[in-house]
Order: sequence, then structure tokens, then C-alpha cells
Amino acid sequence: MIALLLGACGSDEPRVAQGNRQGILHFGNGTEPQGLDPHVVTGIPEMHVIVTLFEGLVTKNPHTLEPEPGVAKRWNISEDGLTVTFHLNDRARWSNGDPVTAYDFVWSWQRALSPKMGNQYAYMLYPVKNAEAFATGEITDFSHVGVTAKDAQTLVVTLNAPTPYFIQLMDHQSTYPVHRQTIEKFGNAFDRFTPWTRVENIVSNGAFRLTDWKLNRRIEVTKSDTYWDRDKVALNGVVFYPTENISTEERMFRVGQLHRTESIPLDKIPVYRAMQDSPYINSPYLGTYYYLFNTSKPPLDNLNVRKALSLAIDRRRLTETVMHGSTLPAYSITPPGTLGYEPPKVFEHDVEQAQELLAQAGYPDGKGWPGLELVYNTSESHLKVAVALQQMWKDALNIDITLANEEWKVYLDTVDQMDFQMARRGWIGDYVDPNNFLDLFLCDGGNNSTGFCDPVYDDMILQQAPQATTREARYAIFQAAETRLMEQMPIVPIYTYTSNHLVQPGVRGMSSNVMDWINFKYISLDQDQRAVD
Amino acid sequence: MWRFIGSRLLQAIPVLLVVITVTFFLVRVAPGGPFSSEKAVIPEVKAALEAQYRLDRPVLEQYIAYLGDLIRGDLGPSFKYPGRSVNELIGAGFPVTAELALYALLVALLIGVGAGVVASLRPNTAQDYIPMSAAMIGICIPSLLLGPLLILVFGIYLDWLPVSGWGDMPGDKILPAITLGAVYAAYIARLSRAGMLEVMTQDYIRTARAKGIPEWRVVVVHGLRGGLTPVVAFLGPAFAGLLSGSFVVETIFQVPGLGRFYVQAAFNRDYTMILGATVFLSSLIVVFNLLSDVLNAWMNPRLRSRAGQNT
Amino acid sequence: MSTTSISALVDAEQGSSLWRDAWLRLSRNRPALAGFAVLTLFVLVAILTPWVAPYDYAQQNLELGATPPSADHWLGTDIFGRDLLTQIMYGGRISLAVGFIATAVALLIGVSWGAIAGYMGGRIDAVMMRLVDILYALPFMIFIVLLMVVFGRNMLLLFLAIGAVEWLTMARIMRAQVQSLRQQEFVEAAVSLGLSPLAIIWRHVIPNALGPIIVYTTLTVPSVMLLEAFLSFLGLGVQPPETSWGLLISFGTETMEEYPWLLFFPGLVLAITLFALNFLGDGLRDALDVRGAKD
Repeated sequence: MIALLLGACGSDEPRVAQGNRQGILHFGNGTEPQGLDPHVVTGIPEMHVIVTLFEGLVTKNPHTLEPEPGVAKRWNISEDGLTVTFHLNDRARWSNGDPVTAYDFVWSWQRALSPKMGNQYAYMLYPVKNAEAFATGEITDFSHVGVTAKDAQTLVVTLNAPTPYFIQLMDHQSTYPVHRQTIEKFGNAFDRFTPWTRVENIVSNGAFRLTDWKLNRRIEVTKSDTYWDRDKVALNGVVFYPTENISTEERMFRVGQLHRTESIPLDKIPVYRAMQDSPYINSPYLGTYYYLFNTSKPPLDNLNVRKALSLAIDRRRLTETVMHGSTLPAYSITPPGTLGYEPPKVFEHDVEQAQELLAQAGYPDGKGWPGLELVYNTSESHLKVAVALQQMWKDALNIDITLANEEWKVYLDTVDQMDFQMARRGWIGDYVDPNNFLDLFLCDGGNNSTGFCDPVYDDMILQQAPQATTREARYAIFQAAETRLMEQMPIVPIYTYTSNHLVQPGVRGMSSNVMDWINFKYISLDQDQRAVD
Repeated sequence: MWRFIGSRLLQAIPVLLVVITVTFFLVRVAPGGPFSSEKAVIPEVKAALEAQYRLDRPVLEQYIAYLGDLIRGDLGPSFKYPGRSVNELIGAGFPVTAELALYALLVALLIGVGAGVVASLRPNTAQDYIPMSAAMIGICIPSLLLGPLLILVFGIYLDWLPVSGWGDMPGDKILPAITLGAVYAAYIARLSRAGMLEVMTQDYIRTARAKGIPEWRVVVVHGLRGGLTPVVAFLGPAFAGLLSGSFVVETIFQVPGLGRFYVQAAFNRDYTMILGATVFLSSLIVVFNLLSDVLNAWMNPRLRSRAGQNT
Repeated sequence: MSTTSISALVDAEQGSSLWRDAWLRLSRNRPALAGFAVLTLFVLVAILTPWVAPYDYAQQNLELGATPPSADHWLGTDIFGRDLLTQIMYGGRISLAVGFIATAVALLIGVSWGAIAGYMGGRIDAVMMRLVDILYALPFMIFIVLLMVVFGRNMLLLFLAIGAVEWLTMARIMRAQVQSLRQQEFVEAAVSLGLSPLAIIWRHVIPNALGPIIVYTTLTVPSVMLLEAFLSFLGLGVQPPETSWGLLISFGTETMEEYPWLLFFPGLVLAITLFALNFLGDGLRDALDVRGAKD
């Protein structure tokens, strides 16, 4: 006990200042990662760590999000767009010194697509010929799948159809190579459970290697001396801390324990914004926050009701007051600026028109309104938005909306089984292309959950767009499709996500991009900086 | 004595069995499964997952298989953290919770016994009212209020102590220990005061005084031994309560202990973790109750013969 | 003589002087009286809230946001611009309701259980108390968390779950009381008069065991309120849009640096209520000269 008390007095320099001197980045990472197997885990905290440990065929430039050489030093696409050939860097090595070869990729993709792995991101590889068939068990012989190793340095990929965004997919963790001997040493290769990712076992090919992992406390990675591009890596290491509670995380940042936070409590935003040289970074994020309508359940089966609800809310007021100006109003599903794409704006905030539409639907001034329930997953911020909107609907249309929050797992089931009238939803893009958002609403889209089904829309997305020869033509098709979608209003778009982080001055290279993508190779620490107060 | 212990242990087994069974079936009744996720899961993938975790077999079969594993001490794989077993997760979280509980108990004993004994020496005077009212604070300001207040005052305004974590920064164990221990300090203060009051009126105390022994020796050497019996009896249930009470404190201070793991597991529907933690903690409580009873019986031989009865 | 009039005689013998003495002692205990007064005030306010609250519960003022106490809003506003005093009043309704109702549930089950077990003795007693022992061994937080997770946002189940946890000690106390009372003369007299066990338990045993029961009940209410606060804090108890003191404290903690009043006032109200209940309980215990009622 005495030791405890004595230890308290004389807390020396904050961890951040130490880190600056040592070249160690202290990173607030949100929830504790479930695991580090790139073919098994799916969350963002996991991805942050995996991205330091592994490297795919390409990586992304954090400023432009354009692909850059990773394990592949160059690549070319055939005339007909169906074949992609990757030429691998012969200096690419695993952390145990083995060379990284094309055979590694073939085997790894087989693992990523194997149904037994239960990889929820297997679909990232579906553009590859027969990949989907293999993943769903239709075929069991992997040699039919369109990826082969011509030799150790050459990987040839055959696609189902020309896929303009295919290279973008090649830095997703699902496509990362994993070290076969290591995995097979610690159990069945196609088993989710094996301990091959433990600190003492793991072999990886990235800029860093895993040196410490204490559950729920810290994950530490250290610069790898077998990485082919190690001269470009400025950091000596990164320590990831699980920071589930955002208020606590902010406090940790304030007292100099973290270089960077995963998010920021809404109510702190005005405080930080007002600072000189503010550490608050707010940038657009590839995602949309919206409410789903179950178009098969009354009163939402009436288009006028849906439109009324959408037109009645003042998104600007919401984002400026409740969100403290940290997000942007959204009027469609695709975020603006997605690789140069501008979504169409089909409607505007118009209370009078909303009231008229509601009257046309049979509920003039809210009379006879049967009630409507909003389901959302338990969270402070979702509650805030819901409460504010609930009031807006009351004020504008004189109707009552009830709120029903559900725990995460229950909420997921509810949405999946369409057991709701209106439900909150968020969709973050996996890759930078409008297709990622628009294919949500295909008739058999697994994440559709609205009951919206339009064969013409499907045709535009699945047939016409991929065959467009120029980006302009493709985007024109997308816009037409999205206009069709929003005219039916199967969702209420609310705001475009933004990423919100606190970053200590002295951290260089952590640039904001629309995928909130961090390329740790680009990060360096200013040795002389102290922490912000 | 050994028969007493033995019979208690035997009684514990059906208790644990009931606990396991109820938890097992209760958890499966809960809506929302462990594999529900934001991006829709392909049926084949979901089937593969369920097969790996034995979820595709009939419930009764799963139950029996689980019991079999349990006998071998294997609490199963975690649903949430692939590659980690529940044994491992408990092994990572429990030492932290135990340490927290221990420090909290120390805090509670120091403050509680101190306040209670001091108060008992001059009952119904200021020396009594002040410590006992201070002790009341522990009961009336629950940890979910005390914790944030302490963080606000000592962590933020004064910047003396860290606001979260356990073992990362020096001094970060102080606030959580105090927050958790405060309630028990209050109870222990009351118990020791009551116990001391009873003991100090006894004949042997008067005899000791008459013999000329200095007052402080009378209190500490002669009085405490009898006066603290109720406190000792309380230790068992107190420790059990501390383990459960750690849930909230661990959440407030982000302490990586078993309590936090458990709450997360409940939200994540991590079946095996929930079951494992329940079994583990229940067994622990049974053991503690037993130890507490044994200690009590040892100090109070009269109780031994009534071993079979309840208190 | 009829059995009713003998019962009455028996009652008269046992009853009156005990209560009168108790009342005298209680009235001299200032903290207890203060506690009682505060409690009555809070309960009255809680009942009359829909008429007494200064603002509409749901009325927001987004542009206003959270503001410190002022003439318009005595306790300030929350981040939606809703009046905090109103929030606390409505929250109090739920917190106090949970406290009293869950305690009533615990009381009902515990007293009946303990009385029957204590009075019947023998095998019935052994079985009933064995069950109590089994339940006692369970780590409660775990079960409550599990129950709330399984059964979701049902307020009724919250009451039942909490009540189901608290009745055990009540049962034990009742049983101990009954066992000691059983030996006493007036019970033997009633038995020899041929009164049925149930009648004896109901008319004679329970009223005489009331002392510890009253004390323990008063001390259970705060315990229950705390349990509700903990659950709400963890996200498992009362769900928005309803509110409770526990939920208000939980929200207040998130923003306690910018808007300390959001934590301070609900916390203060909860603490005062707990103090009042505890002082009252202590006073009752001293007045009724009950020993070892709790722990």
C-alpha cells in the first residue's frame, strides 16, 4: 500500500513525451481486438493492428488513397480487363526471413475463401473468377478459381468481369498473405481457432512485427528488420491501447497518455475546436448514417409517408447543434466526393411539403397516426440523434415516434430479420467507389433490409455500370440509379460520417482521408514536442 | 472439523450444478446470437461457424459435452476471441480483479476498523458521531457516484492521480481501490463499533483495567480480539461482494479485470465466457463462504456442533 | 371464549407497550426524523410530479444545449436543453418506484418463505432453507446482468429480478425470528386453542416479528435503488426515453467536466435519499431494539 502511495507522487514525464523521444506511437484503438488473423476478424481496431503486421499486394497512399506498391512492385491489366498480372518484389520477406512468393498468395486466398474459415469479408475476393462459387461450397477444387502463381514472383488473377476498382481491393486485409508453415504448425490450416497469432508464434510480412499482447491492456508492435521498405519506416514501434469508453479515452489524451484517440465525446468538440493549434481533427469519412424503412409494414408502405418523414427533419440543425457541427447533412446514400462522384439531391428540407404529403397519405396534421417505432442500438450518440429527430417530427408533423433501444446483438438480429418499422443504420464503405453503397439496395442485397426491390435499378448497377467504358459514363449511370432509389425513399439519410480524432502535435504523417486509413509507414514523431495541455 | 468441511463441500456440488445448468439454458434463451454481425453473414459461413462451436447440435448434447469439458477443467473456446480459451481470458482478468478486491478490502479494513474502534471508545459523543457519519458516506454515495467524483477532483482538477488504467501509470490503483472499498469501510466501521461496544463492557476488560494495564493495551490487545469477531465473520461475504461490485468500478476506471470481461461477454453473447465466468465466480464464492464459516467455527467452538444448521 | 377474542387478548398482551416505547425512542432520534421528513417530501413530489414539474419532460431546446443553473432552470439544463429539475423529478418516480416495489416483492416472498420455514421446522424447514443457501451462493451481479440481457427492456422484469435477489436475507431473518418466537408462551397458547398453523403464522407470529422486518425493509430500499442505479449505469436497467437517477448519473458522468451540474444534482438527490433511508432505518432499529437485523 505504501508503495502504491509513494508511486503516485512524482509521476514523471507523460507517456507521450517519452514516446516522442523513443519513436513509439501510443495509439488509442477503441475496443480490444478480437484477434489478429486477417482472414477471421473484421473490425476497425483489429484492422489497425493487422495493417502494421501484414502487407498485401498493394498499399494505399494516405493522402490520395491511390494504390502504391506493396508486395507487388508493379502490375498490369489486360486489354479486356479480365486479367491482372502482379509482379512481386523479390525483396519482400516474412519476419522469419523467408521470401514472400506468389504461392503464398494463392494459398492465402484459398484460406480466405474457404467456407470453414467463416471469413465475413470473403466477398472482397468475389470479383475473382469462381471465387464466390468456391466460398459458398459450390465447387471444392480451388484450382478452378482464377488465381495462379506463374512463378514465385508472378501472380496472375482472372476476373469474372472487368472490375475498375479491383486494385483498390488488393490492400484489404482479406487479401493479405499469411505464412503457411506457421499456420500449419499450430493446427489445422482452415480453423479459426489456432494460436498462430500469439506473440511467440506469429510470422508476418509487414513493416512491424508483434512483440507484446496483453489482453485488454496493450498490443505492442516493433519495427521489422526484414521488411523490404524498412528504410522508409520512421517509427520504432506502436502501442495499441483498448479504449472502449470515449470519455476515458479523451482524459487519457489530455493527460498525455495517448498520441491519438479513436474518437471524441460529442460535447468536447466545441471545447477543442476553440483551442489554438487544436489537436482536433475532423474530416469526411466514407460512410452514411441513416434510418431504414421497412417498406412492407404500414404506415411505411405508403410512399408519401416516407417522403413526409424525410422532408420534415432539419438535418442542418441536427448536425450543428447535437453533433456540434462535426458531421454533414446527407440527402442520399452515397457520400459526396466518393472518388469524384457527386450523389444527386432529390429532395430538400421542406416542412410544408412534408405536411401536405402526410395529409395526402391520410394523416392530416397527424390525425389518426398509428404510431411508429424506431429501433437503434444502445449508444449515447444514437440516442441523442433519435431524441432530437423524435422532437422534430413531433413539431413539424404532430406525430409520435417511440424509441426502442436494443443491445447490439439483439439489434443486429432485429435488422436482419426485418422485425422493425424504422431502424437506425450506418454504412461504412469498404473501398472507395460508389458501387459499395449502391449495391446495398439490390433486390437480394444481404444488407438491404428495407424491402426495396427494383429490377431496373438492379440492372443499372449489375449490368450497365460495369460495362461503362469511361468513369463519366459509369457515374452517370450511378446517378440515374441513385435518383430512382431516392425517389422511392426506402431510407432517411441523415448525415455523412466524419472521422473525429484527437492527435497530439508532433505526430506527422497521420493525414486525414475519407477511409480514415492510416499508413503507419508515413508516420513520424517530432522528438522535441511535449504533449498538449 | 474435517467432517464439517467435507459435508459443506459435498453440499456445494449440487449448488454448482444448478448454477451451471440454469446459466447454460438461460444464455441460450437470450435473443441475439454470438455470430450476428453488421454485414450480413452468408448462410454457409454462419453454418461453418456454428459447426465449429458445436452450436449445430441439439442443445442437450451441447450441455452434456460442456459438462464433460468442465470436469476436465476446460471451460471451452471463447466465441468472441477466436484462438483464445475461456480459461485464458479468466486467467488474464481474474488476477486483476482479485488484486483490486484485495486493495479495496485493505482500504475498507483500515478505514473501517479505525473509525469503528475510535467511535466505540466514546459512544454518543463527537468522537462517535463524526467517524460514523463519515462512514455513512460509503453507504450513501455509491461507487457509481463516488468514482466519477474522485476522478473529477483528484484526477482532473488537482491532477494528482491517473484517471484510468491498472498498472500502466504509477498510482492508478488508488482511486479504484478506494471507490470499491468505501462501502465496505462503512459496514466494517459499524460492525467493529458494535462489536467493540459489546466487548468493552465485559468483565475481563474491567479486570484488565483494574490490573493497571495501560488503556491502549486494553483496547488493542484485549478488546480487539473479541470486538472484531463480527468483522471477521463479515470477511467472507465481503470478499464475495467485492468481486461482484468490481463490475461497476472496473467499468468506470477501465480496469482490465474479470468484471469488465463478463459484462462485455454478456453483451456479446459469448456463451462460453459467460458460463465460464459464472462457474468460476460461483465456485469462488462457495469456497469463500466455506472459509469464512470455518474461520468462524474455529473462533467460536460452540458453532461447530451445529454445523449442519444455518446461521 | 371464542378463538378470536382469545387472539385479541393475546395480541393485547404482546403488542401495545412495545410499540409505544419504540415510538418514543424514535421521536427522540433527530436524524431519523429528518430522514423520514425528507423521504416523505420526495415521495410526495414523485407522486405529484406530472402536476408539479416546472417543464414538460420531453421539451427540448436544442439551441440552448446544456446550461448551468439559472433563474429559468433552477438546476440547469441537459444537452438537449431539457430542464434538469424536471428530469430529476421524473427520474425519481422510477427510482423510488423500483425501490419500493422491488422491496415489496422481496418482502412478500421473503417473509412468507421464512415464516413458513421457521414455523414448520423439520424437513420442510430444511428443504426451504437449503434452497435459500443455494441461491445465496450465486454471484448476484452475474445473474442480474444475465437476466436483464435475456429479458431485455422490460421494466416489470427489472422489479422482479431485483426483488428476487433481495428476498433471501429477509427469509433468513424472518425464519430466525419465528424460531425464537415459536418457543414463547402466547404461541403455545394459540396452538393449544387449536388455531391452524397458517392462522398462527399470519395473526400472531408475523406481527410480532415485525420489528426486524420493518428495519430490514427500510434498509433494503436503498440497496434496491442502488442495484437499479448500477444496472442503468451498465446500460441494462431503465432505458431511455425513460430516465432514472442511475441513468442521469451515468449520463452526467460522461460530461462531468464541461457540465458538472448534470452529475452533481442527480448524485446529490440520490445520496440524500439514501442517507434519509439509512438514518430512518437505523433509528427504527434502535427504537425497536433490534440486534443483528442486517448482515
